[in-house]
Amino acid sequence: MARELWKGNIAIAEAAVRAGLEAYFGYPITPQTELLEYLAMRMPELGRVFVQAESELGAINMVYGAACTGVRVMTSSSSPGISLMMEGLSYIAGTEVPMVLVDVMRGGPGLGNIAPAQGDYNQIVHGGGHGDYRPIVLAPSNIQEAIDLTMLAFDLAEAYRAIAVVLLDGSLGQMMEPAEMPPMRPLKTTYPDWAVRGAIGRERRVLSSIYLDPPLEEEANLRILRRWQQIEANEVRYKGYYLEDARFVVVGFGTAGRVALSAVRAARAEGIPVGLFRPITVSPFPDQVLRQLADQVEGFLVVEMNTGQMLEDVLRAIEGHAPVEFFARLGGVMPLPEEVLDEIKRMTTAPLTMDGHPRERWLQRMLQPA
Amino acid sequence: MQTEIIIAGFGGQGVLFAGQLLAYAAMDNGLEVTWIPSYGPEMRGGTANCTVIIADEEIGSPIVRNPQVALVLNRPSLDKYEPLVKPGGLLVVNASLVDRNVDRRDIRTVLVPANEIAENLGDRRVANMVMLGAMLSNQPVLSLEAVTKAMEEHLLSRHRNLLPLNVAALQEGAKYLAEQLQSA
Repeated sequence: MARELWKGNIAIAEAAVRAGLEAYFGYPITPQTELLEYLAMRMPELGRVFVQAESELGAINMVYGAACTGVRVMTSSSSPGISLMMEGLSYIAGTEVPMVLVDVMRGGPGLGNIAPAQGDYNQIVHGGGHGDYRPIVLAPSNIQEAIDLTMLAFDLAEAYRAIAVVLLDGSLGQMMEPAEMPPMRPLKTTYPDWAVRGAIGRERRVLSSIYLDPPLEEEANLRILRRWQQIEANEVRYKGYYLEDARFVVVGFGTAGRVALSAVRAARAEGIPVGLFRPITVSPFPDQVLRQLADQVEGFLVVEMNTGQMLEDVLRAIEGHAPVEFFARLGGVMPLPEEVLDEIKRMTTAPLTMDGHPRERWLQRMLQPA
Repeated sequence: MQTEIIIAGFGGQGVLFAGQLLAYAAMDNGLEVTWIPSYGPEMRGGTANCTVIIADEEIGSPIVRNPQVALVLNRPSLDKYEPLVKPGGLLVVNASLVDRNVDRRDIRTVLVPANEIAENLGDRRVANMVMLGAMLSNQPVLSLEAVTKAMEEHLLSRHRNLLPLNVAALQEGAKYLAEQLQSA
């Protein structure tokens, strides 16, 4: 398979098509629009469904309907548009039907800007729609991974009757890199026994998120939880770099992770024994691996493009077994490798502390220029 | 080993395409490459730019503060990127649209009257290829042949008639050699 030059947004769209996407519903928003634009061309030429809805609310509820028929279905948006979809996402989670969501994050909160950011982490990983559910969240940091994880998202969503999210930032949506696109998979021809596709000749099926009788809702909540436990046991993914002899470890996901990779390499070139740990599933979070690393290293540096949302998950995972430092750029400003390298050097030369919160120490450093 | 290249100019000067062409050529030669359009705070100021990074291993950050090479197609881009080029790096200046001297003495500078050359070839729009040619002969991250081949293979079929003109522009630009400006 030859490598081709793909733009992130378009690579994800084509990967979804090759994974067997049968219906896409969406509404344009920068920096994600190329994804929708590409599918507007591509889906009709394959005889598949593409609808540009009247709004994000319309789009997510069309996804809900299509998901109930058991076909592979997807929508995509960027931060403010994702907020508008939250009610529908909760209904989809409550109905236990699979779907894939792509969030190409931009600066926020509010209207914010169209530059790359990671501020939706909590909304996607911990929050979002109401009620007791957790989505699977995959965080690519390059275009090949964006392709592979988009394909995987459909498989996982279907296997666990869950929402699978591909979470990236605007820079990955806009950039081009060589990547291999896997071959087109055939569309599915058999459908799960819960799908509603016409009931002629069989008993009718009902899909709903309504359980007016609390014990039945409790049962549904437990069913969703048990599936989540399987996801936690089977689907944790991450990538480590230079960890074998690392005395310090940088932790970052998505673009922050790849920026940190440049800094880690530069530090290694200066003889600093530092490695990189990049979560690929941020939900389920790689708790156990980080907890084990915490016993082997002298300290962690978490790098994000938000004010420390994943930082809280890292702190929870390592249970106070190693000191943690934090660095971030916010609001659409990308961190530079030079900045992260400075933080690595600071971490490896200054005494580390377990007192106070890493976010507070980072803020103090920000406020007093060197 | 990696080379970072920033190409900057006004919108419409073909800076994004010049960067994509480099990216295609790098990919076809088995290298790793990233191409990213203007992103972050540098979006302000009326210039279009892209960063291309070419490397022989997995590329980390797609943006850098200090590039090895900058191609500046207009005055605002010169003002912005001249101070940022790495010491020992290369600055390719479109002398047709720049009305001041280059101050840096710790980098190599190529002054190319890219618009005049392009107009002599018959089309002002190939000034971007003149600049690219000048870069390639002074920072041989890829050969002129590799970039020409990439153009042949990836140029959209409706633009195929423009191929000879673009190749000629690359070759004209490649005749310009860098000089290390001496302190006055």
